[in-house]
Amino acid sequence: MWHLGTVISLHDETATARTITLEVSDWPGHVAGQHVDVRLTASDGYSAVRSYSIASAPNSEKRVELTVERLPDGEVSPYLTQQIAVSDQLELRGPIGGWFVWRTQQTEPIQLVAGGSGIVPLMAMIRSRVLARSTAPFQLLYSVREPGAVLYREELQALSDQDHSLDLTYAYTRVAPKDWPRPAGRIDAALIANTTWPSKLVPTCYVCGPTSFVESASRLLIASGNDPEKIRTERFGPTGERQ
Amino acid sequence: MGIISRGFSGRRSAAGVKLPPGQYLTTDFPVLSAGPTPRVSLDRWEFVIDDGTNVLRRWNWESFRDLPSETFTVDLHCVTRWSKLGTFWEGVSLDTMLADVKTDASHAMVRSYGDYTTNLPLNDLRNKQAWIAFRFDNKDLAPEHGGPARLLVPHLYLWKSAKWVRGITLMHLDKPGFWESLGYHIYGDPWREQRYSGDE
Repeated sequence: MWHLGTVISLHDETATARTITLEVSDWPGHVAGQHVDVRLTASDGYSAVRSYSIASAPNSEKRVELTVERLPDGEVSPYLTQQIAVSDQLELRGPIGGWFVWRTQQTEPIQLVAGGSGIVPLMAMIRSRVLARSTAPFQLLYSVREPGAVLYREELQALSDQDHSLDLTYAYTRVAPKDWPRPAGRIDAALIANTTWPSKLVPTCYVCGPTSFVESASRLLIASGNDPEKIRTERFGPTGERQ
Repeated sequence: MGIISRGFSGRRSAAGVKLPPGQYLTTDFPVLSAGPTPRVSLDRWEFVIDDGTNVLRRWNWESFRDLPSETFTVDLHCVTRWSKLGTFWEGVSLDTMLADVKTDASHAMVRSYGDYTTNLPLNDLRNKQAWIAFRFDNKDLAPEHGGPARLLVPHLYLWKSAKWVRGITLMHLDKPGFWESLGYHIYGDPWREQRYSGDE
């Protein structure tokens, strides 16, 4: 039931987010968008479990990458982002979830909308698309506090440079880079209208982020003509520790 | 016991609080739903109990609110592992709503605006343990928490407490609802930790 994963590398994505690459010898495989439960156990047997989205595409190498954002009052995320070391072992359960997933057989246009670390399961979808050589047109609208908080920046840039059917838009909520065309602010109707698929193309939309972000993003997508049934959401609250 | 996580001490919950296995305490109220929050206006809201063929009972908002309601305080346990204790609600007991329904059905499929469904044994909707709730903490229930009205069956994981409810279909055989078809447990008892399909 629980799989044992060995940490094979650690990579700090930002000041507060770290990617943990695990080798899980009996990993059954996953679909982009799914998550795992991670269990930590103290020496007296006390244990704590939290869910984290898988960042890596399904692959044949029995590797699973998790990107974890450190929450100041978290019980599990500070350990995963600060204490864990290469060759440590972690217990995982999963993969879990069959709804917020992108399967490589899907050919329709895909609209991804990320708020903050809500990018993680969407990154798995982007990576899965690349690995499967899918030509499904993808657009990502990535709302993030400030440039320093962007996850996977270089990889996203490289992927969208080499493939014009992967389109990338950043929206900064607090601090925008110099000369950025749009002032810092929350996503709004104009941004949705200008940077997401026209609703007549009937895209499937995946929206992931904090609850308030998901609520407003999905409301804007519906207001611009998207069918609520084509919008899949994944929310994480302050205590959810769900990435 | 699992393998020891070197250097992990964790945070124990307050003494005297007994939570279902694998849960931790929260004081806020996280929101988890599979899609956008439906906006349901009260003038087109309705709640229907049917048997798959015939409508057995039907209420609009006004006739629903004419039913005797009660206040109750319950603990909530979400499959994503948070528990929130002592939440205060107002709603109509399903014993009241099912009182005149004659049926030999064994199970129920609860249906929501936004097409969410969840299944449970009919007995779990009876016997003073399930409500259609419309107020939380003395305020009208907010849309993101399931307003205008949601099911509350607090003895099961919270995904069974369908938000934005619009009706119940009585069934003679159990059938999986939305999450139950996507890898979650068919019954979902938090005290037996029935999270995912395959759990006991």
